[in-house]
Amino acid sequence: MAMLSFERKYRVRGGTLMGGDLFDFWVGPFFVGFFGVTTLFFSVLGTALIVYGAALGPTWNIWQINIAPPDIKYGLALAPLKEGGLWQIITFCAVGSFVSWALREVEICRKLGIGYHVPFAFGVAIFAYVTLVVIRPFLMGAWGYGFPYGILSHLDWVSNTGYQYLHFHYNPAHMLAVSFFFTTTLALSLHGSLILSATNPGKGEKVKTPEHEDTFFRDTIGYSIGTLGIHRLGLFLALSAGFWSAVCIVISGPFWTQGWPQWWGWWLNLPVWR
Amino acid sequence: MRTLLVVAGAVVALFLTIAMLGTAGWTRPPMAGQQIGYRGTGMDLIRTRAGNEALAEANQAPAPADPVEEGGEKASAVYQNVKVLGDLSADNFNRLMVSMTEWVSPEQGCTYCHNTENMADDSLYQKRVARRMLQMTQHINSTWKEKHVHEAGVTCYTCHRGNPVPANIWFENPGPNAKSGFIARNNGQNVATPEVGLTSLPYGVYAAFYAHKNTPDDAIRVNAQSALPESKGKPIQDAEKTFALMISMSQSLGVNCTFCHNTRSVAQWGESTPNRVTAWHGIRMVRDLNEDYLSPLAGTFPPNRLGPQGDVPKVNCATCHNGANKPLNGAHVVDAYPELAKPVASADMPAGTPAQPATPPAAPPAPKP
Repeated sequence: MAMLSFERKYRVRGGTLMGGDLFDFWVGPFFVGFFGVTTLFFSVLGTALIVYGAALGPTWNIWQINIAPPDIKYGLALAPLKEGGLWQIITFCAVGSFVSWALREVEICRKLGIGYHVPFAFGVAIFAYVTLVVIRPFLMGAWGYGFPYGILSHLDWVSNTGYQYLHFHYNPAHMLAVSFFFTTTLALSLHGSLILSATNPGKGEKVKTPEHEDTFFRDTIGYSIGTLGIHRLGLFLALSAGFWSAVCIVISGPFWTQGWPQWWGWWLNLPVWR
Repeated sequence: MRTLLVVAGAVVALFLTIAMLGTAGWTRPPMAGQQIGYRGTGMDLIRTRAGNEALAEANQAPAPADPVEEGGEKASAVYQNVKVLGDLSADNFNRLMVSMTEWVSPEQGCTYCHNTENMADDSLYQKRVARRMLQMTQHINSTWKEKHVHEAGVTCYTCHRGNPVPANIWFENPGPNAKSGFIARNNGQNVATPEVGLTSLPYGVYAAFYAHKNTPDDAIRVNAQSALPESKGKPIQDAEKTFALMISMSQSLGVNCTFCHNTRSVAQWGESTPNRVTAWHGIRMVRDLNEDYLSPLAGTFPPNRLGPQGDVPKVNCATCHNGANKPLNGAHVVDAYPELAKPVASADMPAGTPAQPATPPAAPPAPKP
């Protein structure tokens, strides 16, 4: 595969966390590394097990394939392969491949001498997944509380798990997470449209500078966060969305068993106006 | 000034956080959940071990009274004015009277219902209500046995729990500001009332769904019956009423929506659990009891026992269930009191009338049970 002219200068030795020089090479455009190998191992094994699980199931309909976690009676123990054990191994493979991928990103960051922002951001997404299938089931005392692997079945799980708390929109952390998700899209759309507007001036005119971009927002809302700041804000909003998603589900069950609307009783019962 | 505002804001935030953490009702593991549906569907009862133990502890059935020897004279031959339990032996009758006292008025004793000068006297409204309630108990244990209460049955204690007035009853809710000049037009919602779990959903659901036997079968059902709209569907306010009712049922039974429903399609019976069938009949039972046994007592209760709209106290799911999906932990409470499971001979029997205050009681004082 062709290499871009400037690419060779960034292909430097070292910076690996594991394996030393053993896997410190590229295949085509891809850096391999120890964690590239483990990523490949876990993702291929996990995917193969998903296909095996689908073969055991009643359907090949892509929407309806379902690999469900074990019954709650198995607690935190291993379950028989065809009764949720498969789900447990696939979960292990998924966590293994996600974490490997993040550590491979770390190695690349170290090679380039840049900050760890990308692996950190991916780490928040992994944290949300691990919260769903490891941390919360562990706190609840059974792997059976994890979500099933299937396009429609995981949505059914989300629906029922929400209705376990009668009305999930009253979950305060869910409110924060939803607000951050929407704000992320708002910020991205404002930023994206601003960049496109500055780089697509009228015919015959020159591309505009960040001064124009800043001035647009100073004129409209009195403040511009700036060229670097908008990316900090975007990262904060997106990571907050993922973080509060993890919080909203980990408190549902282990730390709250009633309907979420009842949570607001503490506010209604404040001695100020009770 | 700015520092002052920051400090004041921080103090307020700190106190609110403390109040939230301390008073909201947070729990912690260990958990003792219970799987309801197929694995991975997310149909589970979510409970802590401590919460389960507290719930079981709060719903202990009392030990039944010692059995008495069968035979002997009938209560109707020994006592006067025995209208419901006349076929019982006098000993069994007295055993039930003692049990009822423990179940309903342990502190007030026999005099809560009886004029001790003349036990046969109907002058106290409590006695007339109690007679009606005996008939209602028999009605529940016979007519509703197969459909709802099954082998467990009910006694007075199922609802009363040692209180003359059960803890969970309902009156028609006129809503806030109903008595002021400006009646708030809140459409019967947006008030965080406990019966609908502090949601903003409509609060008048008991009057809407639990009061009348002739409530249409599709009153609660709001889901479309076809994939595409074929007629004007129900308004969203109806869906909110149904949601509010379901939340009240969930709270009454200490369960969540997935106890009866697979929420991927709440309307489909094929996706629901068998519990939904019991609950469906339970709703009909509540309507039956409210219309046939409680509402007719409107003239019997004194005004101070009536609701703000002048209606009698009525039952809902929580009246018996008291937060447990099986009342009194599913104990077969009626086994020791077969007389309470006897089919009602005359459901329309008059509740009795108070003795004329002017006339002294003609009957000799009945022996104290």
